[in-house]
Amino acid sequence: MSHSDHSLSIAAPHSGTLDGPQKATLALAALGVLALLVSLPMDTIPHAGLWLTGALLAIVVGVLGYAWRSYAHHPAGIKNNGVWHSSLTSRGAMALVVGVLLTGFYVVLYFYPQYLGLAAEGKAKTGIIALFNPLSMLLSGNPASQWFVYGTLYTVAILSMGTKFILKYRHNKYEVVRTLSVMFFQLGFAFLIPELLARLSLPYNDFKNMWPLNYSFFDDWNVKGLLDAGGFGLFMLLFGVAMIFLISPILTYFYGKRWYCSWVCGCGGLAETAGDPFRQLSDKSEKAWKVERWVIHSVLVFAVVMTAALIYSYLGGDSAKGFWLTRGMLLGIIVLVLGGVGAVLLIRPGMVKELNNKVRYGAIAILAAIIGFTAYAYITGGSDIFFVESYPLRKTYGFAIGAIFSGVVGVGFYPLMGSRVWCRFGCPMAAVLGMQQRFFSRFRITTNGGQCISCGNCSTYCEMGIDVRSYAQRGENIVRSSCVGCGICAAVCPRGVLKLENGPSPLNPLSGSARGLVSGRVSSDPIAIGKTGATLR
Amino acid sequence: MSNDRIVIIGNGISGITAARHIRKRSDAKITVVGKESEHFFSRTALMYVYMGHMRFQDIKPYEDHFWEKNRIALKHATVSRIDTSLKRVDLSDGFALEYDKLIIATGSESNMFGWPGQHLPGVQGLYSLQDVEAMEANTKGIQSAVIVGGGLISVEMAEMLRTRNIAVTFLVRENTFWGGILPKQEADLITRHMREHGVELRFTTELEEVLAGADGRVRAVRTKSGEELPCGFVGLAVGVHPNIAWLKESATIKTDKGVLVNEHLETNVPDVFAIGDCVEFHKHPDPQRRNIEQVWYTGRMMGETVARTLTGERSAYDPGIWFNSAKFFDIEYQTYGWVRNKLQDGETEHYWEHPNGKTALHLVWNAESRKFHGVNSFGFRLRHEVFDRWLRENVTVDHVVKHLHKAAFDPEFFERMELAVRASFNAKSKVTA
Repeated sequence: MSHSDHSLSIAAPHSGTLDGPQKATLALAALGVLALLVSLPMDTIPHAGLWLTGALLAIVVGVLGYAWRSYAHHPAGIKNNGVWHSSLTSRGAMALVVGVLLTGFYVVLYFYPQYLGLAAEGKAKTGIIALFNPLSMLLSGNPASQWFVYGTLYTVAILSMGTKFILKYRHNKYEVVRTLSVMFFQLGFAFLIPELLARLSLPYNDFKNMWPLNYSFFDDWNVKGLLDAGGFGLFMLLFGVAMIFLISPILTYFYGKRWYCSWVCGCGGLAETAGDPFRQLSDKSEKAWKVERWVIHSVLVFAVVMTAALIYSYLGGDSAKGFWLTRGMLLGIIVLVLGGVGAVLLIRPGMVKELNNKVRYGAIAILAAIIGFTAYAYITGGSDIFFVESYPLRKTYGFAIGAIFSGVVGVGFYPLMGSRVWCRFGCPMAAVLGMQQRFFSRFRITTNGGQCISCGNCSTYCEMGIDVRSYAQRGENIVRSSCVGCGICAAVCPRGVLKLENGPSPLNPLSGSARGLVSGRVSSDPIAIGKTGATLR
Repeated sequence: MSNDRIVIIGNGISGITAARHIRKRSDAKITVVGKESEHFFSRTALMYVYMGHMRFQDIKPYEDHFWEKNRIALKHATVSRIDTSLKRVDLSDGFALEYDKLIIATGSESNMFGWPGQHLPGVQGLYSLQDVEAMEANTKGIQSAVIVGGGLISVEMAEMLRTRNIAVTFLVRENTFWGGILPKQEADLITRHMREHGVELRFTTELEEVLAGADGRVRAVRTKSGEELPCGFVGLAVGVHPNIAWLKESATIKTDKGVLVNEHLETNVPDVFAIGDCVEFHKHPDPQRRNIEQVWYTGRMMGETVARTLTGERSAYDPGIWFNSAKFFDIEYQTYGWVRNKLQDGETEHYWEHPNGKTALHLVWNAESRKFHGVNSFGFRLRHEVFDRWLRENVTVDHVVKHLHKAAFDPEFFERMELAVRASFNAKSKVTA
């Protein structure tokens, strides 16, 4: 998230014009952004520490002052007045401008960092990177990079816009606690801890950022770096693996994927704070849902294939590099995991029944292909699995998914497609957690009897584009793989119809209905609408 | 029966619910005639379009392809006449629809009590999509407005206008807000909240006349006490009445204030039914209720009931336990069972209010048997199923208070209001015991 657009990415909470204090605070934030931009063409930055502090302070104070002025003097409650009247939040000209600026920022960051002041190896960095040097030296003892600049701005965005969000939703404790959580994880886990690790000469590690969202976790250099860093490095490696295969499934079972996507994750954190003014822009059509399912699961398959191929290539043959994990063992693990998935499907046929044919055949085809490739690789003993060279594959993934999808489109398109484009259509982590949530979680959004008036606030403000109303008006619980549990649907509901709950276990045969794994969770009791036994469905 | 041609006049919640349920249960040929809009929208959400929370397309509960997919034909037209002997509906565009079964679901119209100046530009009610469009035009650039009313629509109008920073003076005939329905404690709570939002409320104040300016638009109102209040807009929200004026020409269908029906929602003419706001029961199946019910939820129930009847399962309208909900600016309201504005014979009550002055719970029960009668809840979400079951099972108020946590529906981390309610209830019981 670029701060050059920070002052603009705030929706006016009321229709009409801004008042004096609002204008003044916005101007202050804009001044801070300008102070950052001025450094761009400069070779050396005089009083960089003071300059940077002043600029960031101006931005933070400006945003907080604006938020204070906008919300604090009005009674606590839903603040969506004028959202669809404002050019910025209704895909107007302002939205286009901000979208272009944000997109441009990401293009420069990923592909033209020299314009930010990145110099050739050995040469001193200039421009905005040099401006951030004092802070980087203070934290890690190393000079700043473009990623440090980005990380700092990202953190400032989540902290300042998070505070704004808290003011906006101060009547809703779930929103307040959840936002404090994403602010904490961004500041501590994504920003400070990695810098401190660097100060201690330990490898960079963001503990909460797990594979496959963190697609470089299993990269040759990362694994080697962790292994070379002694006991703590090994701990980080094992913790990363445990996060994927142990910690995240357990937490998702109890709380749904929200524990990650709207409480911990950095992408989610930005979406929930800086992206909040744009949540209503997500596409709610059935068609978009179809596209979403194909795209996000394709990215997941891409990520898995890429990672498996990568690991396979850099592992030697049996004991070749003296490393305990060998190609044979990796193939064994792949077969075991797939076998495990197959076994679950056999034990729980109800789950398969709920999938439609296309999905079922697609999944079977993918499983068969992977097993086939694996077997072929094992028999021929080549260094590539899936017939593709792993490093170009990894590079393509990093470019197409890592940079373009998650950054340029994911954040750059906030003002056009809503704040969760990446999370909804692209994030492989969200896909994994989504499957767990759909089939194995206690989490659901329950609906309150017959109180729904089909108004559409829930659907409109669902950043994931879930047509919440279509369930609520039928009195059906909402169990959707994409739901990140942000709780806004329940917050904006004017009739108290929706509630995020961790209900009884879907795995417990006594708790749900006998019809299948999920049906007990999806279909609530018949709605009380009058005549006994009459239901809305 | 599966080849029946069913024509439904009105595409609001009643008519559309009927159409959907008929489709679920049969292959009948369904045509819905709607005059306001091509597609069904949520009437209760119109205010959010004006306030900028949603666009019109967002308040349509079904995507436009839904209707064709479910073989529900839509006709965007006005009915000019019904010929019950030929079983034919004439449309204003010259077309006619023949039917085997007819459902009348034409909803309501705003009341106008014949005030001088009530038809001036800038004076209007709020019910239809066209009303919201008019309100958009009528409130452009104005500084102040007067609302006449004292019920749900008037407070909606006040909220809408306040989002545009228009000063609102609210004339209420009774001496409390929504005095015919709400007990005084709740009325005061909402009154305070409206004042917090900058609404100027004037009780026991009635409209005498709307005054025109030189431009022919509204300039001010004069109250019965002779006071003149300058304003650029007047919202008349003094209730609604069944929209049946258009039906008077089709004299065969009996009407009074609304289309008269029996408990099976049948009119006096065979194969002609009526549901929703436009209905007046000869005698309501639930003696506690009025013969005209203008509520979203009852319209929906009537739609489902008539769908059963038309698909072979003749059903009586049985709305069960009364419930309703609303939102007054930031404060949500839910009610289950009966809490009247004044205690009925033999009733007693417990009113609890949070120190924040915005959260409250009002329990009413029979003093002698302790049988629970109903609850009003403000800023505290309650589970419908739980209260519905308690009221059906005739539990005591003590049972309700003891198990109140089972009915709590507030989001996670919210203050547990049921604890405070229980504590205050028990403290009071001890005192009286």
